[in-house]
Amino acid sequence: MTGQTLIQKILAQAAGKEEGVTENEIVFVSPHMILSHDNSAAISKTFYEITGPNGKVWDPNKIFIDLDHAVPPPDYKKAENHKIIREFVKKQGIKYFYDCGTGICHQVLPEEGLVPPNVVILGSDSHTTTHGAFGAAGIPIGRTETASVWAIGQTWLKVPETLKITFDNFLPKDVYAKDVILDVIGRISADGATYKSIEFYGKTIDKMSISDRMTISNMSAEAGAKAGIFPVDNVTDTWNKQFNFQYEKLEADEDADYEQELSFDLTNLTPRVAQPHKVDNVVPVEDLPRTKVDVALLGTCTNGRIEDLRIASDILREKQINPDVRLLIYPASRSILHQAIKEGLLEILVEAGGQIGVPACGPCLGEYGGTLAPGEIAISTANRNFKGRMGTRDAEIYLANPAVVARSAIAGYITNEEG
Amino acid sequence: MKFKGKIWIFPDDDINTDVIFPGKYTYDPLTPEQMAKHAMEDYNPNFAKEVAKGDIIVTGKNFGCGSSREQAVISLAKVGVSCIIAKSFARIFYRNAINQALPLVISFDCSDYVIRNKYALKDKEISVDFDIGIIKLHDEEFHFPKLDSQALEIFKAGGLVDYTKNRL
Ligand code: SF4
Repeated sequence: MTGQTLIQKILAQAAGKEEGVTENEIVFVSPHMILSHDNSAAISKTFYEITGPNGKVWDPNKIFIDLDHAVPPPDYKKAENHKIIREFVKKQGIKYFYDCGTGICHQVLPEEGLVPPNVVILGSDSHTTTHGAFGAAGIPIGRTETASVWAIGQTWLKVPETLKITFDNFLPKDVYAKDVILDVIGRISADGATYKSIEFYGKTIDKMSISDRMTISNMSAEAGAKAGIFPVDNVTDTWNKQFNFQYEKLEADEDADYEQELSFDLTNLTPRVAQPHKVDNVVPVEDLPRTKVDVALLGTCTNGRIEDLRIASDILREKQINPDVRLLIYPASRSILHQAIKEGLLEILVEAGGQIGVPACGPCLGEYGGTLAPGEIAISTANRNFKGRMGTRDAEIYLANPAVVARSAIAGYITNEEG
Repeated sequence: MKFKGKIWIFPDDDINTDVIFPGKYTYDPLTPEQMAKHAMEDYNPNFAKEVAKGDIIVTGKNFGCGSSREQAVISLAKVGVSCIIAKSFARIFYRNAINQALPLVISFDCSDYVIRNKYALKDKEISVDFDIGIIKLHDEEFHFPKLDSQALEIFKAGGLVDYTKNRL
């Protein structure tokens, strides 16, 4: 057997195949944890279709449910949806349940110490790839499958090919992980990693924080990837100390068979913007024509962490946002919100004219909490700019790093220039 | 698990779920039988009328890309397609297909051969044997990796919901 890539090793472990697995082989794996959110009500319905009304989940200690998508619920239907989930959680004794206000599922799961290295995390959310930042295989699956995993504790996965991406050299000042991943997606396109797992290497990431890595793993989904994994290194080890995880350092074999190897020299990278309505429609911010903005969104599972709030606060300190802009701030979790309070960041952001939201997805999915009106334009730290994503097909969404979002909120148009 | 049928050649890459099952029907409450009438409608409007039960599609790369709509899989399965051979499939389409018991084969060599000889092979018979991983067509044979026996069981059970039910 040829050398194994990281995802092959992780899947082989999860499938109990000591001899290793081959590309395109279908394996059955049992997840370390399975994640879902407000969609858990629909999943519970399918679950009972499978098991009958008295069905019991396979393991209540491996199911993670976090209410984050419509929080606090903007109407009674969404409130009722939450109620169904709470009842399901009680009836089944689900151990890891996080109610409204705890934060976004992809932020809360690792914060709670539920993502050790080398494991498979399944999630009924397309950005489950985020957990690759911790050396785990975070793999998105569908709702029917999630119901099935709740019932029997495993699902089938095809062993993917692996794309190896190496980032050489160091990031210039004021250029961020968000720019790195936008640049990659712009180059390899929205299907550049379809069905593949990505492994990230290189000098640049040696210096990247967990937060940076989460941004990159999160957006690997926008290139179609099944997973986007950072091998465990000192940065991961340091993060893991708080949880006392026991693990061996899993590494890809030297002779691992990569489908493709790409390397990017980031020395001259500048901030990037994804223009409507495709994430791979990426240009350097300085090449954009003057584009007025109505809403600036700072938050989401891509860039709602304390590091992102610090970047924005540094820019907004003692400044005022443009009176024609609404600046919406959604910290990705309660603990991030708490930290931002302690550091005085909220004071800066509020004084600048920002509106602070509850830790949750907010307007990212276009259902509540700051949706756009037809004809409006948003600059956002989120991961998707699809038509209709923030509420109406007739709005436009530009994606950028938190510094560009903060500077654009001050200027009133998209820019990375100091206001 | 073996299939034999007439070959349908869709020589393009990146055939997306919108042309397989048009978006304008996705919010209509259709039964699978009604969905079947629209299969491939915006790619080949005659397909749903002319396809016979058991027929097999051979196509290029990234088949089923775009939206995750499960109707793309359901309409093809219900209209009688017994399996699809492609250079590659979009990931969510692939998963939806297995979970809905529509068998897919990834065979670059077979697709490439068929697409290169698309005029000569039009309407010919093709057979796929999942148990041994062989496609037969004319005098040609193509091998593909055998499906894990448990994935085969999902097909045999008729899809993931029934498969899971049987395992409880
Ligand atoms: S923040 Fe946006 S992308 Fe992230 S989980 Fe919530 S809705 Fe999805």
